[in-house]
Amino acid sequence: MPSDVEEWKDEVYGTDIRDHIERFAENGWESIPDDEKDAWFERFKWYGLYHQRAGQESYFMMRIGPPGGVLEPGQFRRIVEIADEYARGPVSNPEFGNGWLDVTTRQAIQLHWIRIEDVPDIFEALEDVGLSTVQACGDSWRNIVGCPVAGKDKHEHVDAGALAEDLHDTFKRNDAHSNLPRKWKVSVTGCDEGCGQGDINDLAFEPAEKEVDGETVTGYNVRVGGGLARNEPRFAKNIDVFVTPEQAVEVAGGISALFRDHGDRENRYNARMKFLVDEWGPEKVRNVLQEEYIDFELETAGEDLRHSYSYNAGDADGKHDHVGVHEQTDGTNYIGLNVLVGRLGIDDGYEIADAAEEHASGEVRLTQRQNIILTDVPDDEVDALLDNPVFDEYSPDPHPFQRGSIACTGSEFCSLSIVETKNRQVRFSRWLVDNVSLPEGVENFHIHLSGCTASCAQPQIADVSLRGMKTRKDGEPVEALDIGLGGGLGENPQFASWVSDRVPADEVPGAIENLLANFDDARKDGESFREFVAARDDEELAALVEPEETSYEDPFLHNTKRTWYPYAEDDGFDDSPAPARADGTPIPSDD
Amino acid sequence: MTIALRTLDDGAWISVNDSREVGVSDIWTLPAREFCGCETPHVMLEGFSGVDLRGVDTHVIADAVGMCIDCGTRDGIESLPVGRIVDGEFKRYEPESVQSPSVDAVSSR
Ligand code: HEM
Ligand code: SF4
Ligand SMILES: [Zn+2]
Repeated sequence: MPSDVEEWKDEVYGTDIRDHIERFAENGWESIPDDEKDAWFERFKWYGLYHQRAGQESYFMMRIGPPGGVLEPGQFRRIVEIADEYARGPVSNPEFGNGWLDVTTRQAIQLHWIRIEDVPDIFEALEDVGLSTVQACGDSWRNIVGCPVAGKDKHEHVDAGALAEDLHDTFKRNDAHSNLPRKWKVSVTGCDEGCGQGDINDLAFEPAEKEVDGETVTGYNVRVGGGLARNEPRFAKNIDVFVTPEQAVEVAGGISALFRDHGDRENRYNARMKFLVDEWGPEKVRNVLQEEYIDFELETAGEDLRHSYSYNAGDADGKHDHVGVHEQTDGTNYIGLNVLVGRLGIDDGYEIADAAEEHASGEVRLTQRQNIILTDVPDDEVDALLDNPVFDEYSPDPHPFQRGSIACTGSEFCSLSIVETKNRQVRFSRWLVDNVSLPEGVENFHIHLSGCTASCAQPQIADVSLRGMKTRKDGEPVEALDIGLGGGLGENPQFASWVSDRVPADEVPGAIENLLANFDDARKDGESFREFVAARDDEELAALVEPEETSYEDPFLHNTKRTWYPYAEDDGFDDSPAPARADGTPIPSDD
Repeated sequence: MTIALRTLDDGAWISVNDSREVGVSDIWTLPAREFCGCETPHVMLEGFSGVDLRGVDTHVIADAVGMCIDCGTRDGIESLPVGRIVDGEFKRYEPESVQSPSVDAVSSR
């Protein structure tokens, strides 16, 4: 039997949803019929609107997805203005205040506390500068990710930015690909460093070369079926296909149609492409693609560049992110700035937009490590730009513990979450900076924190992976984290192994401190952390993680999901101001 | 009166008549030794995989995946009573109160 979600999608989905959003906005939150709420909230996702968790009814998360994370001059400022006007909550967050935007692990921007009544004005303000929320959530082509410095970078072999845009233009608002069985995540890499993170996407284009009719052609190899969620992580599998940039869009359409027609619409848990690839194997995917979906003869895979992938590859001296000042092909520079856990305050946003416009082109790019990049900075403007005190916080040279920190949305807004994430990760990193020194030569250390197994913070590809759980401590249930070690990408990507389960959250910084000390004692000369982990079995590793209370204090040990907002003074569900009208006044319940 | 029952957002919660009634991350007390070796299993629910109505007094029962916070056993739970329908209204059970096997928590396995 098709799921309710499939039935709702059959009734209304895709661009047809827009008129209904306008109608509900016009008539207010209360005009959404009580017995249609589930259906409408599911559909709203297609337009990038996600109803926030229980206790926050009538407030929405809104996601804006620029392909490849590229925000053209003016677009970043516009998003800051929208956040300023529409993304303020009923109470403030102790670390971040009230008014910020989140840079996500898929090069998108997420706003919170959005009211349906404001959505048409926000859509207009976005469209005015060429941005949109279309398909940012929901069962369709999500934001297309890729090398964040495509078109600017010395390591580039093929223009990933151009393909990301072609794919975006072709498959957003495309009726034939609007309604897929599940989300569809696509990545385009063009460089020899591998920073598109293709291996964890449903569909990945990776740079390759191939001899075709006696000529060497540059293009892409194709992989399918990667993903991290639900304790079932998969790396994308090679289906032995090479495409030229011209063929790439057609082949992408073929694979998306294959997923549309053959993905599991009966069971959403089994619907992702990775499970179809499990079932069929890469050969059958290739055969069906060739026979049913592609009119020309597919080339077999070309020679790829994976051997040189250095991004998050775990080498002591490799490239780990795009933070810092780097030269572009045109002689100007890009400056990668650290945004701790991806959250950027509105006032800071204005400062950054001003600086980018004054000293550079005004373009801002988003990375899959929740950071931002200012591009096209001439040599003689670099110092002047960085002189602005805002870049002390959003630094091109951050401490490794802050540079390496990623955290998902967590119990602040997300229904799936088990624990608080962003504020906790900020506190972790602060404590680690103050109390722990990194072993000799370790300049990069990735710690990713996800509030549940959906893995939005991509914990499995970090040096230290943290995942929300619960345990008992001193007789009381407390928020806890599973600890995994040794994940990363590169030529031979590796998921972290989960070595320590259910560590009370307040003992995690101590565990990381002890782990690093044990690593320092036992490592061979120059051995990287990932190599060190790869050389040991889980039991040995577990013994090196010694959870311990320290001077670190964790204000979120209680069940943050049993609050309407974890940081409110009166945090009980009964104290929630939601649901609220557009002006914030609570709507009394009928009973 | 028909009751609309479903799980949504990847099993994050159970919706009863389009209202979010039971969510993941709470710790439920299960009958002795039915889930793991523990005397009284305290199981944190991580996701719901199904929901249904059962019996004359219309219990709302859920299938879920959970983990015992004491011993770490992770397993599926079938037919966990999470509440009941009284005069068309959903009344949620308190997770902390022991789920009596007589309401069919596990006997149907
Ligand atoms: C209210 C619920 C959720 C929130 C707030 C949320 C938030 C996020 C965010 C902020 C990102 C990165 C942003 C982007 O896509 O542009 C993300 C990515 C991701 N989401 Fe979620 N998410 C939610 C539900 C889910 C669910 C239900 C799943 C799947 C079971 C899931 C799995 C993932 C994964 C695996 C990634 C990142 C890995 C990748 O790049 O593919 N999320 N999510
Ligand atoms: S990992 Fe889980 S808790 Fe974190 S945002 Fe994703 S779904 Fe929510
Ligand atoms: Zn147990």
